[in-house]
Amino acid sequence: MQIELRQSTSLLRVGMAPISAIFAALVLCSVLIMWAGVPVLEAYALLFKGAFGSAFALKETFTRSIPLIFTGLAVAVAFRSKFYNIGAEGQLYAGALAAVYFGTGLVSLPAYLMLPFLLLVGALAGGLLLLVPVLLKTRLKVDEVVTTLLLNFVILLVVSYLIEGPWRDPMAMGWPQTASIIDEGVLPTLMAKGRLHAGLIVAVLASILIWAVMRFTVLGYEIKAVGFNAKAAEFSGVNVNRTVIFTALISGGLAGMAGVSEVAGLKGYLTLDLSPGFGYTGVAVAMLAQLHPLAVIPAALFLSAVYVGADSMSRAVNIPTYIADVLVGVSVLAILVSVMLTQYRIKWRK
Amino acid sequence: MSRLSFKQISKRFGSLVANDSISLSLDPGEIMALLGENGAGKTTLMNILFGHYEADEGSIEVDGKQLTPGSTEAAIQAGIGMVHQHFTLADNLTVIENIILGTESLWSWRHGLSAARRKLIDMSERYSLVIDPDAQAGALSIGERQRIEILKALYRGARILILDEPTAVLTPQETENLFVTLRSLTAKGLSVIFISHKLHEILAISDRISILRRGKIVDTIKTSEASRSELAEKMVGEVVTRPQLEAMQPGAPVLTLAGLSAYGDDKFPLLNSVDLTIHAHEIVGIAGVAGNGQTALADVLSGLNRDYSGELKLHGDTLTDAGPSDFVARGIGRIPEDRHVRGMIGDMQIWENLISEDLRSEQILKWKIVINKDAAIKRAEHLIERFDVRCEGPQAQTKLLSGGNIQKLILARALSPEPDFILANQPVRGLDEGAIAYVQEQLFDARKRGAAILLISEDLDELLSLCDRIAVMYQGNLSEAVPTPTRTVTELGLMMAGQVIHAN
Repeated sequence: MQIELRQSTSLLRVGMAPISAIFAALVLCSVLIMWAGVPVLEAYALLFKGAFGSAFALKETFTRSIPLIFTGLAVAVAFRSKFYNIGAEGQLYAGALAAVYFGTGLVSLPAYLMLPFLLLVGALAGGLLLLVPVLLKTRLKVDEVVTTLLLNFVILLVVSYLIEGPWRDPMAMGWPQTASIIDEGVLPTLMAKGRLHAGLIVAVLASILIWAVMRFTVLGYEIKAVGFNAKAAEFSGVNVNRTVIFTALISGGLAGMAGVSEVAGLKGYLTLDLSPGFGYTGVAVAMLAQLHPLAVIPAALFLSAVYVGADSMSRAVNIPTYIADVLVGVSVLAILVSVMLTQYRIKWRK
Repeated sequence: MSRLSFKQISKRFGSLVANDSISLSLDPGEIMALLGENGAGKTTLMNILFGHYEADEGSIEVDGKQLTPGSTEAAIQAGIGMVHQHFTLADNLTVIENIILGTESLWSWRHGLSAARRKLIDMSERYSLVIDPDAQAGALSIGERQRIEILKALYRGARILILDEPTAVLTPQETENLFVTLRSLTAKGLSVIFISHKLHEILAISDRISILRRGKIVDTIKTSEASRSELAEKMVGEVVTRPQLEAMQPGAPVLTLAGLSAYGDDKFPLLNSVDLTIHAHEIVGIAGVAGNGQTALADVLSGLNRDYSGELKLHGDTLTDAGPSDFVARGIGRIPEDRHVRGMIGDMQIWENLISEDLRSEQILKWKIVINKDAAIKRAEHLIERFDVRCEGPQAQTKLLSGGNIQKLILARALSPEPDFILANQPVRGLDEGAIAYVQEQLFDARKRGAAILLISEDLDELLSLCDRIAVMYQGNLSEAVPTPTRTVTELGLMMAGQVIHAN
């Protein structure tokens, strides 16, 4: 078996890569479903119905996709400059902390100012948190994968301390949670019934904005240049360190907004289970989207559909919800393989 | 019976035919030169011989026995030894350790060492390859390190030695030593394949010359019957005349370096108080063996390294704390040493690479933050035409271009703003004849226009034919730049090896 570089890669092939990866993941996971003793087609039909089969299901799928769009964008931007931010989970909580710090009564503004204000402070908190790893990287060449990943646990412990101690809501009957965001700071719901909130609009606007920045601006050019070839970028006059720091601020900011949106749009207050790993799933979203800011939206929708659908499927038949994690994990592996296949071809020897 | 024979070897990579039905034979005790431009298929052929690749068609025989294709082990077993252009030695090990590396099993290591030492001493006497078995490989000169590579191959029982561009890193004197070694090896019955594109060396050392062009053997001739011009023509396929340097009166000083010292990590000195003035209408060349501070000088002059002391002036103005963008804005054009690493971003499109040095200039920027793509595309179309870049258009992926065309893009970016000072670091390395002539012409045009040019090269022939004045760099020291005709190749070679020779 030999692997050869393709001369050119057609757009069709690039577009087909995630779709065939998803298909391959579904096929591979059907083995596990069979093992669980459930007919494969029935299981997938239930999963599909659970994610898209009713107005309620659809709203849940979209609601679940909101934080994933933010974290997926955060990861996609950072990875573009080869800054491997694995800490979107921590930055999400940092954003949520900022939202409850300012949003539970400390600042009181009319809603049309309060919401942007909370998003802004949440973004700043996420960005500032990422400033630590990025400065360690640019100054001391400390590997950011390690620092961003480990900071997630640090932040979770900080959150745990705050909601058990100084920030615990005295009215919460002893539950470890903060006070609720004031009414002006709550993201309005988009439809009369269900939980789908205005965070979706913010997330989609963020995707479009990031896409435009990457495609049309000097900053986007510099982020791409640094990611493709930092040495050539430096030779041409791009300030590599500054670009990486900027990228990190944007990335952390987006992840922080995920936290604001979850607190202000869905939960209303902060608990330790605000995110079931949205930050980590963001990596999967970004990989599925092949780091394209607009493709992040369908990728987030797909993964959220898997989680929502798997929940519903596990209630109907005897398959644990963990199948969703397996499906997501296998999808990411499959996308890595299929992206490689867009660039290389495999030649079998006789 | 011939020692080695290639029988109709063909190898394709996609649509590219790297080797097209190549048949060659090598006799015992013979030095055969393989001559060809970059991309002619020399390296592919040798990789097939050494088992790195498998040929699509054809076979190889050693002493009449067919060689198992695709197996490096089989190639070594059959007595084939390869000395790569870039040495594969562990600097922190001794000579003897390097030589036995990979040949002995781990548990008999201690016993092996003394036997190996005897074998090595025996070998180095037989082939008169003098070397201290206990010296650290990293502390040896380039010529000595190459000798270890040769001994390594011989230690493994090589009877066919392949040398891939062996003189690229050597001074002329070291090259002469290598030739003496090769002759003594062939006198003992070894066969040598000598890969090069330097005509005079091939004429000096080989018995027979095979010329490869575009994957085919064009001709095989006896060296005694070959002439330089005939070889050049067969190698390139057409007569390419390189431009000639016209005499010109130098103008005012453009770039002045005075007492320039630069430091690397840990304040390790890379440049030691360099003095140099380059005038308008003048090309100054810097000769030297790679790794003697040329890169450090180029980094300072590109704006990449600001950690230097001493004076660096352009038109009398000090360039303090300025980065690459300021350098470009002030009229410095830079041609980097490695066009794929520093020169171009392969994953970007051509038009994007052509704006990388003045992203924030008025022509490129609109509304403060947005790139004016229309203007950038227009610029790219214009430069592609002016610099004769062969490509599908401004939106083609840069990495799909050939080395020569990528170098043309770099020239277009660096030279089109008509800089006053041009740093040309190895501008023709690895290019084919046509592209070399083109690059040199562009440099001459810039000189005529009034630019001051610093040319860094490891190729003495190139420097001698291109430069008004020449200086030699050795261990971070730069000799005085003297008019080129006052130096002989021998003198330059001695200076490259560290001897101090004053201008007469």
